Amino acid sequence: MLRFGADAIDVAAVEAAVTSSTQGAILVFSGVARDHNLGKGVSGLHYEAYEPMALAELGKIAAEVAERWPDTKLAIVHRLGAVAIGEASVVIAVGSPHRAAAYEASRYAIDELKARVPVWKRESYADGTAWIANRS
Amino acid sequence: MTVVIRYFANLRELRGTSQESREISPGSTAASLYRDLGLPLELPVAFAVNQERVAGATLLSDGDEVVFLPPLGGG
Repeated sequence: MLRFGADAIDVAAVEAAVTSSTQGAILVFSGVARDHNLGKGVSGLHYEAYEPMALAELGKIAAEVAERWPDTKLAIVHRLGAVAIGEASVVIAVGSPHRAAAYEASRYAIDELKARVPVWKRESYADGTAWIANRS
Repeated sequence: MTVVIRYFANLRELRGTSQESREISPGSTAASLYRDLGLPLELPVAFAVNQERVAGATLLSDGDEVVFLPPLGGG
């Protein structure tokens, strides 16, 4: 499961996508819209993507995870459009026979997503909006 | 030669459109097109042609889809 969507993310469905009888560790990471950034109050987020390239890039990340941590399963769902404070903008689930690979693969997936996948985030404030870049 | 340019995020807002076709001369590169369009040079953009990340010096071909990638904000 690698996809973008406008609706609230069904975390249980993302988790279920990586769950099987061979997996002894299921790790779910949620990136959540918080109400402040860089010292400013944030009232909401808006995401947009260059979707075909973004999906291809998610596929490359998944292939890399499969190669580096062979018995893991990975699922990534990312929101597009408006995301309210407190809602998840991204959910990453990893299933693995053992926990170490799950933690490593999950961290790899979110770090690579932030660095490589063509998605942009606009924050709304009381006094305007701004496009915010990920810190490397 | 004609290329299609797609705009996202702050570049889309700045350009006032999400897509346009543009006539280019032979020898044009992704970076030279960005300059010719008068887009902000202080913005550290990356370049994608036909959905693959490329260097700015990449020569453009007829029918290419060009995207200038402003700093990413996914996650």
